[in-house]
Amino acid sequence: MFKVAIVGSGPAGLSAAARAAALGMSHVLLEKTDHLSDTIFKYQKGKHVMATPSNLVLRSDIDFEAGKRETILGIWDEQIAGHKVNVMLHAEVAKIEGKKGAFSIHLRNGEVIKAEAVVLAIGTQGNPNKLRCPGADSPIIQYQLDDPGEYYDEHITVVGSGDAGIENALGLAADPAQRNVVTILNRSADFARAKAANVALLEEAEREGRVIVRRETTPAEVRENELLLDTRDGQEAIRCNRIIARTGSQPPRGFVEAMGIEFSSPEPGAFPKLSPVFETTTPGIHVIGALAGYPLIKHCMNQGYDVIEFLNGNHDLKPADEPILAEKFARLPGNRSVEEWLEVFGRNVLILNDLSTLQLRELLLDSTCHAYEPGEVIFRRNEPGSSMFAIAEGSVAVEVNPADPSVTVPIEQGSIFGEVGLISGRRRGATVRAAEPVVALELSRTAALKLLATSPGAARAVNAISIERQLLQMFGSGLTREDVAPLVASAEVVQARAGQVIVTEGADDKDVFIVRRGSMIVEKQIGDRPVFLSYLPAGSYFGEMAVIDGSTRTATVKAAIKSEVIRLPGQGFLDLLDANPALRERAMKDMAGRRATNAFIESRKDEFSGAVDLYSQTAAFLVDNGIGEATDVLLIDEKLCIGCDNCEKACADSHDGLSRLDREAGRTYAHLHVPTSCRHCEHPHCMADCPPNAIKRGPDGEVFIDETCIGCGNCQRNCPYGVIRMDAKPPKKPSLLQWMLFGSGPGPGEAPYSWRKKKAEEEGVAKAKLAIKCDMCAGIDGGPACVRACPTGAAIRVSPDKFLTFTKLTEDAE
Amino acid sequence: MMATKAGGTGRFTQDEKRRDSDHVSFLKHRGFRWLWVALALCGTAILGYLMIDQQPRPNGGSWYGYTLGTIGFGLIVWLSLLGVRKRRITTGQWSLKAWTSAHVYLGLSLIVIGTLHTGFQIGWNVHTLAYVLMLLVIITGIYGVIAYATLPASLSANRKEMTRAQMIEALTAIDRQLESAAQPLERTEADLVINALGQDVFSGGALARLTGRYPGCATACALGGMGRQSEAEQRVVALLEKRREQLAQIRQQLRIRALLEIWLFIHIPLTIALIAALVAHVISVFFYW
Ligand SMILES: Cc1cc2nc3c(=O)[nH]c(=O)nc-3n(C[C@H](O)[C@H](O)[C@H](O)COP(=O)(O)OP(=O)(O)OC[C@H]3O[C@@H](n4cnc5c(N)ncnc54)[C@H](O)[C@@H]3O)c2cc1C
Ligand code: HEM
Repeated sequence: MFKVAIVGSGPAGLSAAARAAALGMSHVLLEKTDHLSDTIFKYQKGKHVMATPSNLVLRSDIDFEAGKRETILGIWDEQIAGHKVNVMLHAEVAKIEGKKGAFSIHLRNGEVIKAEAVVLAIGTQGNPNKLRCPGADSPIIQYQLDDPGEYYDEHITVVGSGDAGIENALGLAADPAQRNVVTILNRSADFARAKAANVALLEEAEREGRVIVRRETTPAEVRENELLLDTRDGQEAIRCNRIIARTGSQPPRGFVEAMGIEFSSPEPGAFPKLSPVFETTTPGIHVIGALAGYPLIKHCMNQGYDVIEFLNGNHDLKPADEPILAEKFARLPGNRSVEEWLEVFGRNVLILNDLSTLQLRELLLDSTCHAYEPGEVIFRRNEPGSSMFAIAEGSVAVEVNPADPSVTVPIEQGSIFGEVGLISGRRRGATVRAAEPVVALELSRTAALKLLATSPGAARAVNAISIERQLLQMFGSGLTREDVAPLVASAEVVQARAGQVIVTEGADDKDVFIVRRGSMIVEKQIGDRPVFLSYLPAGSYFGEMAVIDGSTRTATVKAAIKSEVIRLPGQGFLDLLDANPALRERAMKDMAGRRATNAFIESRKDEFSGAVDLYSQTAAFLVDNGIGEATDVLLIDEKLCIGCDNCEKACADSHDGLSRLDREAGRTYAHLHVPTSCRHCEHPHCMADCPPNAIKRGPDGEVFIDETCIGCGNCQRNCPYGVIRMDAKPPKKPSLLQWMLFGSGPGPGEAPYSWRKKKAEEEGVAKAKLAIKCDMCAGIDGGPACVRACPTGAAIRVSPDKFLTFTKLTEDAE
Repeated sequence: MMATKAGGTGRFTQDEKRRDSDHVSFLKHRGFRWLWVALALCGTAILGYLMIDQQPRPNGGSWYGYTLGTIGFGLIVWLSLLGVRKRRITTGQWSLKAWTSAHVYLGLSLIVIGTLHTGFQIGWNVHTLAYVLMLLVIITGIYGVIAYATLPASLSANRKEMTRAQMIEALTAIDRQLESAAQPLERTEADLVINALGQDVFSGGALARLTGRYPGCATACALGGMGRQSEAEQRVVALLEKRREQLAQIRQQLRIRALLEIWLFIHIPLTIALIAALVAHVISVFFYW
């Protein structure tokens, strides 16, 4: 019977095991693969591993500092052996039974290990999905492909139609000299889950006969050197010596829940509920590392150390992040200790009430604390900002009327504000000032989203508040919370897929909708074709016409991208109008404006039907290319573009010598070209899974990557538009004058790869490959260099709500 | 700091204006602002020329001539700086489009300014050399503007959403297929394919590139000499046709790009020559004075 069994030998598990060994605690470290730290083992060869956050001290018996993957793994292997850690490789844990003091840990190979306590440090990688057909345990199936160059003369079938599968298939077929026959199976008819660029490459490989693509086909049975397929036209067997299954992976949640461990919410982003000593709801089982919600190596290692200290009875140990929190709180008035502040925030702020101390600490690490004097501005109208504020002490005043700052609405202690920016991704709707001395917490977008995913109570509270505020903000001054209370009570949030129809032309339903997140397009059937009427960004409302004048729907409204709308019953809306003549007047005015636009486009239809068709189709093309979620997008009018690439050169020359845009790549319609360049999405996909939270929205609305980037490449994989590249900062070029006069250096623009490589070798310092993307030339006076450097006016950067209009899209340049 | 940014004067206002921008070409920039400036400049110069009594006769040596000469010299120096502006990506509210717009119209106004400066005294000397060089630069510039205004649409149409790299890749892919398809062919026919594959895509020189005519094209030649009987031959012919189409796209791309750029190879060196001639012109004027 061991005192503790540590499952998983990532940085968290290793550090825990090393501490146990150092304390002389009886322990075992169980690892499912044949080597330590599988996640880091699987990093690309030579990857530069980063040690962020730099202000966090490392507390561990094994060393870790930034460096090459191989070096770090080497040091760990050596030190784990040096500490005489009791490691068991090939020990995949399948099930854990028993309770505190007497756990039975069942390994996949049947062995059972006994321990008093368990530390789960299995990370978040999970297990690859297995094939679900007879023969699924055949040895010819593998779930990973490390080096596609090592297979020759084989019939290989790749199962799975995501990016991983496609990339594997292309890799296996890349070199005809390997003479592989590569087939890829796709359950559906199209490759909707993969990036467009990958799909294009696959289709090309298919046309050239390098890869066999079988659509609407699934594996039916794995046999010896043969694979039986279920196709649309019945079953068929193909030759097959190897199967690469890339059908995604199963997060470890199911495995963890099977031990009776509760998660904080059903959302996919949730983590196990933990006590301050990392104990789960199943006493005796502890969770640390990425699985506990701490994805950076340093955090993982510190927790490994801490959890063993706690198990060893050291209850006075302060977490390693204590000094960081102390520094955060130092700027607040009142000289209170970290403990006291945690207590104040946890108790006073409504949405933080349900959090454990551990969760609260983590949330505060990702947040900023502020103290404001009465009258001080917290944020202003039209500032970009996706953070959310919570008031721990004091109250604030919201200036609801831009024309008259004296008209304010109060928000009291314990409540939140700024949530509209978080939900819609749009700019601040109003200026907010402190009404009395205020202590507030600013939750970064990531911290706020994590909170909503982990605390259902917080999610409900934010939802209710945001609907109310949205109504107040949209319908302007004069309304009170009491006025909109009945509407808020009957409001319902509806999720919409891209393309989903919310309102159908000709129907006689009577609801009013508010776009809460995402955007909508309005279309009308004229003759035999749908005509694009307008684009509605988040924060607009629609459906009011039919409600006000009792007619049927005059146009179809559908989601441009994945969106959320708030549905309000029409009668409630009418009641609100009846009670507020000023509001009624505004609604009538809005409606008249919309009518006029529609009538204008309809009248044009008869005169210049060509122009309307062009407008409609161009708008549809832009929306199809993701412009609906953009806030600032580069477009190129190819009737003006002379192909000089000065935009790319300017981009490189104003950003460390690497271009963040690819002018030629991308789609084109009616000479309007959408190059590969960041659109600064309202809800950036790249932010979704960034271990150091290095991707942020800056003060000018730009989405940028800060210096804490660890180069993991998650953002590059998550961006559906392929605008992020991984590259090392190139060496400095000789100046422009030197080039013009003496021809030294590679000249303006991005230096060729060969030059950069040679020069970097001369300099001798290897630089890490980090993620780089457009930052909209933040901090550069004059704005985006790509636009300023275009000699003919072809390059423009626009926002969809301003650009998707009849005049802009049909504007005729020479 | 945040406050000023969102407050109205800072980057936010700049950005909002930019995000609302139209795609207007350099020629129409700001409602032809620089066209009007240039016309006003020319009008004033002509008016001055007619009204002012220049003694002994209108030429570069009168005080009015000096004035025109100085304006012209200043303009030429400024026009030449476009090459620097284009490559020095400094901060600030400049736009290369506005520069190009002004460059074109003010450059054209030099025809009037320069001609009036000569006082219509033309001869075989360094002064006239400078004048002629200036006219040549301007003429090439006019070609450039015409090219910029008419060619981009066809460049875009020819590209069909493909990048240069993708066009080459597509050709390589066809070549790979051709290579294996040509295996069963007999010697003479196989040689034709080998010739086609071996020929450098970019062969043919500057003339071919500009005209888009490649009389020595081995792919066209192979198509001509290939039989169409056997299945193998038909397959090769189909692939050769594909290759010819792909080549045509690449060549058309090269042609338009060349037409868009060729004039700069005259415009820029002549600008350098012009500045040298101007310096000689100015020095000689002061020397003989
Ligand atoms: C490409 C990439 C680059 C990154 N770069 C950095 C970086 O530069 N700096 C940084 O700080 N972070 C980086 N990260 C994040 C970091 O690697 C992870 O967050 C960290 O490894 C998590 O550590 P862990 O100990 O919690 O789990 P893991 O490292 O995931 O380790 C879990 C271990 O448990 C084993 N295991 C799983 N299930 C079982 C089971 N049932 N039985 C037995 N064993 C099991 C696994 O085989 C594995 O060895 C990167 C991540 C990726 C994907
Ligand atoms: C004496 C007069 C002129 C001088 C000295 C001059 C000089 C120059 C120079 C140095 C460049 C920079 C080229 C480069 O570096 O890429 C340039 C570009 C150009 N010039 Fe002129 N020029 C003159 C007149 C004109 C006129 C009259 C026109 C048009 C009617 C014209 C049209 C252009 C155009 C279109 C460009 C290209 C801009 C670009 O692609 O960035 N120029 N000129």
